[in-house]
Amino acid sequence: MTRPVAPSVQEESAEPANNFDPNISRRYLFDKIFVSLTWLAVAISIVVLAALLIDVLIDGLPRFSRPFIGTDVKNAPCLRLTPPFLVTHPDEFTGAACLKWPFIMDFPSRRADEAGLLSALVGTVYVMVLIAAIAFPVGVGAGIFLEEFATDNWWTRAIEINISNLAGVPSIIYGLLGLAAFVRLMAPVTGGRSLLTGALTLSLLILPVIIVATREALRAVPDSLRQAGFALGATRWQVIWSHVLPVAMPGILTGTILGLSRAIGETAPLITIGALTFISFLPDSLQSPFTVLPIQIYNWVSRPQTAFHINAAAGIIVLMVVLLAMNATAIFLRNKFQQKIQ
Amino acid sequence: MTSETSPSPSLPLTDLWRPNRQLNRRIELAVKSVFALFAFVSVATTSGIVLSLIFETISFFQEVPLWRFLTDTKWTPLFASAQFGIFVLISATVMTSVIAIVVALPLGLLSAVYLSEYAPTKVRAFLKPILEILAGVPTVVFGYFALLFVTPILQQFIPGLQGFNALSAGLVLGVSITPLVASLSEDAIYAVPQSLRDGSYALGATKRETIVSVVLPAALSGIVASLILAISRAIGETMIVTLAAGQNPRLGLNPFVPVMTMTAYIVQVSLGDTPAGSLAYKTIFAVGMTLFLITLGLNIFSYWFVRRFREKYE
Repeated sequence: MTRPVAPSVQEESAEPANNFDPNISRRYLFDKIFVSLTWLAVAISIVVLAALLIDVLIDGLPRFSRPFIGTDVKNAPCLRLTPPFLVTHPDEFTGAACLKWPFIMDFPSRRADEAGLLSALVGTVYVMVLIAAIAFPVGVGAGIFLEEFATDNWWTRAIEINISNLAGVPSIIYGLLGLAAFVRLMAPVTGGRSLLTGALTLSLLILPVIIVATREALRAVPDSLRQAGFALGATRWQVIWSHVLPVAMPGILTGTILGLSRAIGETAPLITIGALTFISFLPDSLQSPFTVLPIQIYNWVSRPQTAFHINAAAGIIVLMVVLLAMNATAIFLRNKFQQKIQ
Repeated sequence: MTSETSPSPSLPLTDLWRPNRQLNRRIELAVKSVFALFAFVSVATTSGIVLSLIFETISFFQEVPLWRFLTDTKWTPLFASAQFGIFVLISATVMTSVIAIVVALPLGLLSAVYLSEYAPTKVRAFLKPILEILAGVPTVVFGYFALLFVTPILQQFIPGLQGFNALSAGLVLGVSITPLVASLSEDAIYAVPQSLRDGSYALGATKRETIVSVVLPAALSGIVASLILAISRAIGETMIVTLAAGQNPRLGLNPFVPVMTMTAYIVQVSLGDTPAGSLAYKTIFAVGMTLFLITLGLNIFSYWFVRRFREKYE
């Protein structure tokens, strides 16, 4: 309570005659208007979100027309159905009967109504798994180091300032870093514009998120738990591994999932490192070219034909479903975590 | 929790009380070193960003003099008669960002006031996740929304509005950064102690007067910090402006025509197959460097402002 009084209040109390408005009913009217404005501001955000979702659903849902069951005419991937009752006459079927969901199980095509997002969907899954495998251990390790091992010196403070600074760096700059470092400099390892390059670039992008989440989760673990471990003669690492981490893990996982759900929507850095927009095969190694859902969506939106815009809307539905599923997992973990602490 | 649980009876007594913990110490040292290395990755990232930008930018300025970069009035680096007026791209970036802030500042700030001062607990618990969803919508989705939903609607009110324009890109950009302003401002407003509000009420102020003239000024440093973060997000945002504002480098501040922002240029070049070492390859790093310096400048200003104007409450 040193000098909490804001300047305008000081002015009011200094010159009450000039600033004091005795018309109380008018002041209450302004109050009502102000409340309505704040309410309106929130309502606008909700209305925009609703309009966005409804627009995308109306445009995109028809694209997911019913899955058809047929023979494996084209060599496209499909869910194989080989129960004996479908095969009435074995001679009639050259391949196994096949449940095929158009769009999701189609490769991109120059014809809008044949184009699908199989390669983008599979690419997204691969990239996410890779990012989790890279960013989770590194981010959690860095968080543990900063919170549990590091002493408070200029070096750790520099790292901390650095991490908060990285949060303000535009994501497309990470793309330029990926282009210079992973595509060019480390080309023999990453194979240029590859799955591995994309995963490494996005991992660097979400690392600060995971580090910060890890530190907060560790800070929430009561100190008595650590001291109990030390009292038994355990080393610091043994205490962390056996006592602290299990308690902090839900919080860490929540932060990681939030980081991953940011990575899943990132488009610009991947365009910059040169993820391709037209891939009609599935990635088979870490060094193979790839595409992801947001890039496929960008590609479809940026075409002039309306038919491709419908594909984009359908792609957005798939992307949003994946995203909401991840967020729901994070919220579920957070709730579980909160119950455990109390 | 040590692994030395039952020493064999033949050991001397001192070993029972001082068991050999070399292995545990070694594991601890190894873990600590590896984790320190992981923490170093963030520093390496920053250095990597700065180094890769500086290296290619210097190489760019060896071919294109700095004064041409700053004074040219056209941006045509891919044409035969190449011109490199960075202000063409900066003007578009500033325009979309200003429109975005004009939308996001009132929306975000008023939302924050509503959430922290007016909203009942149940409504708040319902609204916060919705704002979080809005914050988590990928920007390419907002780009779709701006280009194929907002622009057609705006075209019915504004004749002469082109299919790609800075206006709808800026508006949707503003909506996309509103949750950021709202949640960070709310934290700042929430941190203002109740005694300040009580003092204001005791002087006879209404709730609105208290909020406008006591709470908001007291939370000013946090609000400005959130605003600057939002500005820097708007400047660096890529997909909305690339999709909805177009790819047409043009100097000026007319929001109804297609323009090209710095980020949109980087995307345009990246989508083409640019060989490493070519001039086009170097320009994206020069543009990236400009973008990085602008956001860095904003960050430093934000630090300075928050330190200078922070009010500390016990």
